[in-house]
Amino acid sequence: MSTLTPDRKAELRRDRSPRKDRLLRGMRTPGGAVFILLLALLAAVIFVNPSFGEPGSLIRFIGRTAPIAIAAIGQYFVIVSGEFDLSMGSVVTAQVIIAGNLIGQDDAKVLPVLLLMLVFGALIGLINGLVTTLLKIPSFIVTLGMMLALLGLVLYWTGGAATGNPADTFRQIGRGGIENIPVLEILPYPVLILLAIAAGAFWLMRRPYGRTLIAVGDNARAAALTGARVWWIRTRAFILSSLAATVAGIILVGYAGVHPSVGRGYEFTAITAVVLGGVVLGGGRGWVLSAAAGAFALEMLFTLLNFAGVASTWRDTVQGIIIVAAVAAGARTWERRRRGASSATHDKQTPIAQPPAVGTNEGGK
Amino acid sequence: MKITSRLTSTHIVYLVVLLTVIAGTILVAAAGRSFFSAGNISSILTGTSVLGFIAIGQTLVILVGSLDLSVPYVVSLSSLLAAGIMANQPANILPGVLVALAVAAVIGLINGLVVSGLKVHGFVATLGTGLIISGYLATNYKGSSGQAPLSFRLVGATGLGPVPISTLIMLACAAVVLLVLDRTRLGHSMYAVGGDINVARMSGIRTSTPIIAAHIICSVLAGMAGLLLAARLGVGSPTIGSQGGYDLLSIAAVVLGGTLLAGGKGSLVGTLGGVLIFAMIDNIMSVLQINPFLKDVVRGIVIVAAVAVYAGRRVVSRTARFDDTPQETVSTRQEVGA
Repeated sequence: MSTLTPDRKAELRRDRSPRKDRLLRGMRTPGGAVFILLLALLAAVIFVNPSFGEPGSLIRFIGRTAPIAIAAIGQYFVIVSGEFDLSMGSVVTAQVIIAGNLIGQDDAKVLPVLLLMLVFGALIGLINGLVTTLLKIPSFIVTLGMMLALLGLVLYWTGGAATGNPADTFRQIGRGGIENIPVLEILPYPVLILLAIAAGAFWLMRRPYGRTLIAVGDNARAAALTGARVWWIRTRAFILSSLAATVAGIILVGYAGVHPSVGRGYEFTAITAVVLGGVVLGGGRGWVLSAAAGAFALEMLFTLLNFAGVASTWRDTVQGIIIVAAVAAGARTWERRRRGASSATHDKQTPIAQPPAVGTNEGGK
Repeated sequence: MKITSRLTSTHIVYLVVLLTVIAGTILVAAAGRSFFSAGNISSILTGTSVLGFIAIGQTLVILVGSLDLSVPYVVSLSSLLAAGIMANQPANILPGVLVALAVAAVIGLINGLVVSGLKVHGFVATLGTGLIISGYLATNYKGSSGQAPLSFRLVGATGLGPVPISTLIMLACAAVVLLVLDRTRLGHSMYAVGGDINVARMSGIRTSTPIIAAHIICSVLAGMAGLLLAARLGVGSPTIGSQGGYDLLSIAAVVLGGTLLAGGKGSLVGTLGGVLIFAMIDNIMSVLQINPFLKDVVRGIVIVAAVAVYAGRRVVSRTARFDDTPQETVSTRQEVGA
């Protein structure tokens, strides 16, 4: 294979399908299909209510959905590594209440408490990760225990009632934005935070860490045999997940205020969004931005139901039908891909090396 | 080391039960009450019955490698259907019970078909059906409704000595399910499918039958739990199931009982031990009058700690799809690699 090394990049470029083909092929996977679903839903919403298509209200929708999309990105890291994080909702609640109780009306406390919240979030993730990987307890149980214990502690601390109202500068993170922008009127801070986190997550998944994370989720033993430190890779995924929940909590303080019910059920919504984004439970398959797109598709669906005049009590039912249908469709596609049917029949095959000469059994020179 | 390696996880579960009994005796005695009074034993056993029904079914579902998150909504739905049909008429008890259980069975059938036929992960499939039922409940019921007649309410209130009738029914169900698991072809197929669905199929097992059967039994038992709650409350309630958090608690009880979350290994007897541990801890905390929010903290820690007791021994990680050697070798390799 020494002939390949001099201009290996050119070889790789030659053997790659054109960008258009790769894009089309990506759209046929569940992770790509969610973007089409999102566009279809957007078209439907604009059809029902044309004013939704204005840039101003679209950007507000993105801002509203930002916390759940950020949570979905965090949950993605854990799910793609083959684990679950059920403690997410409790982390959101805990952070909201910490912000409410510790910041108060004192502007000077905003920054230290913000730092404390991030450290606290990372600590929760570290505990989840270490207990899961080192004590070898299923993450479902570990994070379930964390969910009960953390929520119980927070409610015990506050007596179960809503308390505190953080300073306005802190709430601005969730509610405010850069104003007086030509087309959009306002660019909410949550949108900027979401963009930064999505870009960071996208970059991280292309780094060695991201590649190893997916390898660990696909087959932990094989990853361990290739020298990956499985326990530390998974633990970092849990830390990322709790940090994402923390950021979601910070934004939610601005939107929803301080209340012990903020964040309830967030773990299941995040998992639903991730699964809708075509990420496979059990790990090893899926794209991080599809997880975020799954969150947007879910919220867009609720918006559509609202505009269509469906009673809000039916939301759950529609959500249930959608996720089962989406995952059933996704299971089919991944299964076909794994068998190789889709890539073998649809992709143009480019030989990397010359076919063996007639009469010899040496080829590829 | 020899002794511990001969202990199965079920033995360890009952050692933990014993430990909890000892701790309970000391703590309750310190509060000036008796742990073994007839009233207290009866209240512990009453606490086991509802979660017991659900955990028995959940054991089967987890054994075949699936999960059931729809149980709380099945519980609520069955309590509402039963109480609604009975409408305080003793003659309607039988139709009420039958309709509630039949609807539960249909939900289980749908779960099973979606999991085995459409190849949707049990987590998502049952989360989906749970949400569907939850939307139906929220739309059609604004609050408690229906009325259970007195003769039906007696099921939830009477007992033989300190043992409540409801616990006896639960134990009878457990015995039947245990018989199915240990003695019938269906039971053995459940273990086989949960252990490795591909190997099971190649061995000539119809892999969908055990999965569907496990889901139907699980939903019917959740329906029984709903009936029991309707008998206790006298009415049906749309939130009774989700308030109890029976989905996650039953899974925790099953795992506490030594069943592998990945399926294929585990025992029903262990699950009953897990349920008993939960019931005793709840009882001890009630007697000691611990703050209700701190109860959740204790529950959370106990779940993780109890599973940790034997997690080091039964080291098969949840996602290991190609596991054929003990995990110990992997962990030593990891240290070398690190």
